[in-house]
Amino acid sequence: MDELEEIKITFFQECDELLGDLESGLLSIDAGATDPELINAVFRAVHSIKGGAGAFGLEALVRYAHVFETLLDNVRGGKTDLRSELVKALLRAADVLADHVAAAKQGGEGDAVSTAAMVEELEAWISGGPVPTAPAEEVNIEPNEDGIVFTPIKLSIPEVDEGPKEQAWTITFQPMDELYSKANEAGLLIREIERLGKIEVELLDDALPTFDSLDPETAHFAWKVRLRTEVQEERIREVFEFVEGHCSTTIVREAPAPTAIEPAAGPDIAAIIAAAQAGDAQAAANSAPSEEATAIAPEPPAASLPAAAVPALAESMSSRGAPPPAPEKGNQATIRVDPERIDKLIDLVGELVINQAMLAQRVSGHGFAASSDVGRGLDELEQLTRDIQDSVMAIRAQPVKSVFQRMPRLVREIAGQTGKQVRLVTEGEGTEVDKTVIERISEPITHMLRNAIDHGLETPEERIEAGKPAEGTVRLAALHRGGRIVIEVGDDGKGINRPRVRQLAIDRGLISADAQLTDEEVDNLIFLPGFSTAAKISDISGRGVGMDVVRKSVQGLGGRISISSKPGLGSMFTLSLPLTLAVLDGMVIDVAGQTLVVPLTAIVESLRPTPAEVKKVGAQGGVLAVRDAYVPLVDIGRVLGFQTVDTNPAEGVVLLVDSEVGGRAALVADSIHGQRQVVIKSLESNYQQVPGIAAATILGDGRVALILDVDALVAMRRRELPRADEPFIEAAE
Amino acid sequence: MHQPTNPVANERRELTSFWAGGQEYCVDIMSVREIRGWSAATPLPQSPQYMRGVINLRGAVLPIMDLAERLDLPPTQPSERSVIIVVQVGERLVGLLVDAVSDILSINPDQIQPTPDVGCDQAKAFIRGLITIDDRMVSEIAVERLLPEVEGLAA
Amino acid sequence: MIKVLTVDDSRTMRDMLRLALSGEEFTVTQAIDGEHGLEVLSESGADVIITDINMPKLDGFGFIERVREDAAYRATPILVLTTESDPEKKVRAREAGATGWIVKPFHPEKLVDVIRRVAA
Repeated sequence: MDELEEIKITFFQECDELLGDLESGLLSIDAGATDPELINAVFRAVHSIKGGAGAFGLEALVRYAHVFETLLDNVRGGKTDLRSELVKALLRAADVLADHVAAAKQGGEGDAVSTAAMVEELEAWISGGPVPTAPAEEVNIEPNEDGIVFTPIKLSIPEVDEGPKEQAWTITFQPMDELYSKANEAGLLIREIERLGKIEVELLDDALPTFDSLDPETAHFAWKVRLRTEVQEERIREVFEFVEGHCSTTIVREAPAPTAIEPAAGPDIAAIIAAAQAGDAQAAANSAPSEEATAIAPEPPAASLPAAAVPALAESMSSRGAPPPAPEKGNQATIRVDPERIDKLIDLVGELVINQAMLAQRVSGHGFAASSDVGRGLDELEQLTRDIQDSVMAIRAQPVKSVFQRMPRLVREIAGQTGKQVRLVTEGEGTEVDKTVIERISEPITHMLRNAIDHGLETPEERIEAGKPAEGTVRLAALHRGGRIVIEVGDDGKGINRPRVRQLAIDRGLISADAQLTDEEVDNLIFLPGFSTAAKISDISGRGVGMDVVRKSVQGLGGRISISSKPGLGSMFTLSLPLTLAVLDGMVIDVAGQTLVVPLTAIVESLRPTPAEVKKVGAQGGVLAVRDAYVPLVDIGRVLGFQTVDTNPAEGVVLLVDSEVGGRAALVADSIHGQRQVVIKSLESNYQQVPGIAAATILGDGRVALILDVDALVAMRRRELPRADEPFIEAAE
Repeated sequence: MHQPTNPVANERRELTSFWAGGQEYCVDIMSVREIRGWSAATPLPQSPQYMRGVINLRGAVLPIMDLAERLDLPPTQPSERSVIIVVQVGERLVGLLVDAVSDILSINPDQIQPTPDVGCDQAKAFIRGLITIDDRMVSEIAVERLLPEVEGLAA
Repeated sequence: MIKVLTVDDSRTMRDMLRLALSGEEFTVTQAIDGEHGLEVLSESGADVIITDINMPKLDGFGFIERVREDAAYRATPILVLTTESDPEKKVRAREAGATGWIVKPFHPEKLVDVIRRVAA
């Protein structure tokens, strides 16, 4: 890929990081932090974005960033007070900046209307008054064909002035001591002048003292340069701009009787500089600080210069006597790695685990005892392999912070849209999860937040009436629990209106009018398909998507979602997910001579029923009596087509599962082998999706075992039957 | 992975020939990834008869298709001497269960004739052409036509 | 070979400088802020230094001042590369010890040109 394109990608990545820093810095300030370094960091973030944007010719972004930056510069310089309303305005300004960056990424520009409004507000803050002033700096950018935008460097640019004829100038300059301490040297200046035209140089060494009092650090020479050039005087002055104050300069235009000036001014310069450098080499031989261009003599000095006296340095260079800077290893060294390489590594480690299991099985098949050298060696190998697997999975594990970071802005937007006042509190941003999961949790979290703010929180007026603060609090937390990652979204709103929810469910035919439900069951009715009146189509912006859609997507990840509520006090969504989508904890079972794996997360309980607990219903159906409920039986082997006759549950084993279809099911298998962690292999990559099967894995004996998709299996079973035979909750499909 | 290129009209081609269902066939050598022996496949539920299941190919899940059955010939009875030819179709790998591999053929394009109309539509759909070598007739299989259409699944 | 130390907290800018100074004529070393710049300088040295002003930990001004304290680098050209064209900042940079001032965005050829000239 084109190098410039790569840098552009880097730029946008960097913008994302900077925007993140910008937002978190402003949020900290909003929360009361007073560290001045925070406002500096905030300023730098916008400053850097503007700088990079300029290089790529992203005009609209640069213009907006410039105004934002100016205000932040005022704030950090103390010119503008950091009041709470200002911080809120800055947060909104940061959102607009993020929009500009996003638009620029797509090749477009930020929205002109919202930008203009924000700019007006920012400028009002800048000028401290209501009248917005014109932008302080004209930002003029024209990208050239490379895509890199440029403006001339001030230090050089022999601008060719058209028109004016050549004139002659006499330039005399005498550097003062300080000039040399800036590593400027007369030679450099003279070369700069030479770029403007033809020159003739004369060294004025009247002031040169005798050697004894010669101080290599101080300046004793002056130069007179005759210049023939077409450029204007300003341009000549510009050469000396940077040494102004350290050099006394006179620039005089000569009468327009041009004297013939040898273009052979070049060699003179070279000779002078050569001499200077020869002299310099002598000076450097001493322990004195090496100053170039000091003690320039017309001929190379034969004698070495006396050891330098205490150098007379300029004020700004006064020796501070400070020890050399102690390098802090402040930044942790990181390396950037191509994610594909990590994926490959994880695949290989997965293979390693499988292979190691296969080896162990074969070895034990050959009769080596577990206590023998071989047995012990294998145990160590297994331990080592598991350690490697954990370490490698940890490489790809990322903190949920990257997902949480987008939420404050989302909360601000939803609060604005719904007219609520919301404060977002986050916990556990550092909780780590495999990247396969991270990419998929942001949508469910977005929906839960939207639900909490839209339905959970009351309006400010309602809250005040209820004796609560007008501003509601939403809490977003991530934690590890029981080998999974748990995400909680809680609000301190009004809680679920249970009678209303119950009635709605009855009205929609989702439950029967006399169904007996616990409070918790009523709360979770909102996840039923058909419960919400909101559009079923999942909208990226997430307006009012039904919770049933959210649950389906969560379950697709092997996760679970539920809600709990306290009327008047608030509600909390709990989302639980596996730590990775690459491996899975499963129960290995035998069905019709086949080995299958059932995800442990789906299994509530495993049972060996007695004949009395098995009840037939109609010609095809059957249910299992489990404590005080009847649960429909699903014969795995038959539904999948591995056998034609149902297994007798009393002679096999039953796995009680929770399925999305509003209730439980009892899966019938022949026997259970045990539990183990398996590496998930895709069926779709070489083949296609298979009904009732989620994926595949490779067992210790090297054979492929299919991983059951519990919900799909139960759904397949229901389709077989003329009517659902659950006594309780029927769901519309 | 190297994508099999479409045969260019004027170039010599190399093909792997094999026996399946009592007849001789061949496939373009560029699509052949490897040849291995038979191992028991894990059956796939609710799949066409010719899909025998899946096996473990160095950690990837490889579907196995009984070529004879796919061509409407009597199903292959897999044995220790059966062979699986692993072919690549696009990004996918498929294992073709056949009786035995015979030869590598190197032929001129003029040795290939289009498939005549011999009634058996099924077979004709998968066969790209007929190749005459000495007194043998070998049918070239278009592997890309073998895989079933990816069906949408009812939820 | 001219050794150029580039000090800037923006990855994008460091990449752009590296791209502009690619080729056999220059060896480019990078640092992400003033403190880091001092470390890299003491490890690898430099013939020319290009530095940003706004950086965390140690900003451009502080960095230049510290560099000038070191005898070995008193004569090393230091160019300040920044978007700010504020005259006050320019004066401050000069007083800290900067040799010259380059305004971003810059044209790569011109940058190379300047470096060649100050390094000579």
